[in-house]
Amino acid sequence: MEAFGLLLHGFAVLLTWKTLLLMMVGLVLGVFVGVLPGLGGPNGVAILLPLTFTMDPTSAIVMLSCIYWGALFGGAITSILFNIPGEAWSVATTFDGYPMAQQGRAAEALTAAFTSSFIGSLVAVLLITFLAPWISSFALRFGPPEFFAVYLLTFCSFVGLGREDKHKTVISMSLGLLLAGIGMDTVSGQLRMTFGSTDLLRGINFLVAVIGLFGISEILLTMEERLALHGHAASISLRTVLSVWKDLPKYWMTLLRSSVIGCWLGITPGGAIAASFMGYNLAKRFAKDQESFGKGRIEGVFAPETAAHASGTSALLPMLALGIPGSGTAAILLGGLMVWGLNPGPLLFVEHKDFVWGLIASMYLGNVVGLVLVLTTVPIFASILRVPFAAVAPMIVVSCAIGAYAIQNAMFDVWLMLGFGVVGYVFKKIKIPLAPFTLALVLGSRAEDAFRQSMIISGGDMKVFWSNGLVGTITTLAILLLFWPVIDRVVGGLRLRNSAAKVEA
Amino acid sequence: MKPLRKIVTIAALSAALFAAAPAWAGWEPTKPVEIVVAAGAGGASDQMARMMQAAIQKNNLMKAPVVVSLKGGASGAEALMYMKSSEGDPNKVLIAYSLIYMLPLSAKLPFDWHELTPVSVIALDQFVLWDNVAGPKSVKEFIAAAKASGSPFKMGGTGSKREDHVLTMFVELKTGAKFAYLPYKSGGEAATQLVGGHTESNVNNPSENLEVWRAGQVRPLCVFDKERISYTAKVTETQSWHDIPTCKEEGLDVQYLMLRAMFLPGKVTAEQQAFYVDLFQKLIQTPEYKDYMEKQALKPVFLTGKDMLQFLEDDGALNKQLMTEAGFVAK
Repeated sequence: MEAFGLLLHGFAVLLTWKTLLLMMVGLVLGVFVGVLPGLGGPNGVAILLPLTFTMDPTSAIVMLSCIYWGALFGGAITSILFNIPGEAWSVATTFDGYPMAQQGRAAEALTAAFTSSFIGSLVAVLLITFLAPWISSFALRFGPPEFFAVYLLTFCSFVGLGREDKHKTVISMSLGLLLAGIGMDTVSGQLRMTFGSTDLLRGINFLVAVIGLFGISEILLTMEERLALHGHAASISLRTVLSVWKDLPKYWMTLLRSSVIGCWLGITPGGAIAASFMGYNLAKRFAKDQESFGKGRIEGVFAPETAAHASGTSALLPMLALGIPGSGTAAILLGGLMVWGLNPGPLLFVEHKDFVWGLIASMYLGNVVGLVLVLTTVPIFASILRVPFAAVAPMIVVSCAIGAYAIQNAMFDVWLMLGFGVVGYVFKKIKIPLAPFTLALVLGSRAEDAFRQSMIISGGDMKVFWSNGLVGTITTLAILLLFWPVIDRVVGGLRLRNSAAKVEA
Repeated sequence: MKPLRKIVTIAALSAALFAAAPAWAGWEPTKPVEIVVAAGAGGASDQMARMMQAAIQKNNLMKAPVVVSLKGGASGAEALMYMKSSEGDPNKVLIAYSLIYMLPLSAKLPFDWHELTPVSVIALDQFVLWDNVAGPKSVKEFIAAAKASGSPFKMGGTGSKREDHVLTMFVELKTGAKFAYLPYKSGGEAATQLVGGHTESNVNNPSENLEVWRAGQVRPLCVFDKERISYTAKVTETQSWHDIPTCKEEGLDVQYLMLRAMFLPGKVTAEQQAFYVDLFQKLIQTPEYKDYMEKQALKPVFLTGKDMLQFLEDDGALNKQLMTEAGFVAK
């Protein structure tokens, strides 16, 4: 129970008025940047980083990590109210969160999102507290074949478990993979599909695409339909919160499943986005009436939010223990640590106990304070829905444009975002799912690099994906998921025949 | 390297003179100054930029605020094109490294460093041959094991047809051993992959492998320089940077150093250039900078004006020659 003692010590470091105040400031700022699409956690933390140079490392990291938690909470708000994911991992939250808001259950959806964020992070923090040493050695087992297997698993789970037509999912995913190839190719060191354009050099930014595909296209659709946001004034009361909480135990399986997926993928660098999608897909897979997903089901909010936050939190672990940031925000925090003279790596836990356990303690406190803070401010956010669409729409478009511009300070990205808005509109009209497209765009180049690195290692032998227990299990699981509909039908068919045989006998 | 030390001393003296002189009367930025980083978050250039931001802010070296802007897209090509298109803008300053010579050759990037305004060379970065602690203990044993191995040894590195890849080619040429080069997105990734045993070796900069070395997970075999690293303070329990032999001492005659230099966009005025030369001269006097240099085992160098131009011409020619010999120049 050494960890427990150290944690108590961490709380002792934290519990001063000054740190608590910094925590509140950080959370409010974080929610604010999380609400603005595109600004999000990484940019928010980057902008505020210089403010902390004059603070001592513990206060500074407490404030920055609270901005991070705030942004995680805030990202859900725009996803649910406007169908605009503030962060990449909020995309899956829009699937059921937005329909809920349209049905006038915005407050319920927001409460669900915040609560599950809290649960996901809490599970991840517990994991960090007690399993830190073991986890860093697990992460080290990931070489190129293992990384590729994880990406493959994510792609396959989409095709195999998705509700949409399989061929449309594959079309959407292939288009995403194609666009992911734009820019510099890590393995050959050559530029691809840039056609001599300077703007295409850096490739297509995932967030720019997401803001257009989801945000702008939604505005276009709404304009075509009724010129009104389909939401009713949401009033949140203690009763709404309590009624959502009362139902929580019913969904323990979903919450647990998503937490596990989230923690596992969070430790794998870059897994947070994959986690939210996988959490959603699996919740749907195991539900009795899959048809009701995507139409405003509260589990559809619980599942991705829990997974995203479990992974967003556990992503800090590889950063602290190995110096590999699991997410964009973690990467900025990493830069911050260096400025304060703390070098993330295996020795950080040994040499800077005060700092590490202060940070871990701040994860607990930050989450509790954050939950209270966002729940009490839900009415303010939900009341945005009462404003007429004609007034809100231009504001949303402007904030989307600012968001797209701010990511890389490039005007080209604003045009790109508008272009993706039209693409998103067309996709929605011809019922091609957007999620596989965005997933392929964000994981495509990483998957490609991992695959080609694996091929260099093995000299072109595909057996490398079954070369040890870890990679073999993941690859096999991926292929099983890909063919899941077929397997499901065969197994179902057999069972039917068996029961038919029994009846005859 | 005595001449270098002399340069540093002269620079230090002249900076002290500047500091003693009445407040600088020439041009001064009024808008926030952007330090442009040609790499991703957390990388060596980013860390350097954050150090500068903190040093300038803490020591009040400049009135205008400093922001760090990450332009690491397309392996840093984004930053180069950004600087090229910012002609005449004195509020952007690039932390450049060997990519200014290499990218135009390997990826046919329409860029030439002559189009930018050189300010100062502020450091040189070393390359070290590392292997896993479980691997061979010396360069000789390592090369022998690589030659004897049935499948080629895996060498991890940052990017393709860049510094690490060129070095790997030259180790192959000098020893006759064959390596399978694995390009990763960052030095940090190459470091963890070595620790995890997914590669046999890498040629990371000292800063990129520092933490895993201190944790006793990797072993430095030799440094690719004519002389040993000067820092003698213990980094691990038993070793300092100075204890690492040079590759030449170990019978592997390969040398390579990478510049870290500051550039302004093209077509800025002489006054504006002078302001930044002065700023960086003051910057290298700060404790933050000195501390950073030692921690990252960077070689202290400060060059401006003609000396810098001459250095860039020579260094550019050397890099071009290496790239051509390695067959990395795109046709």
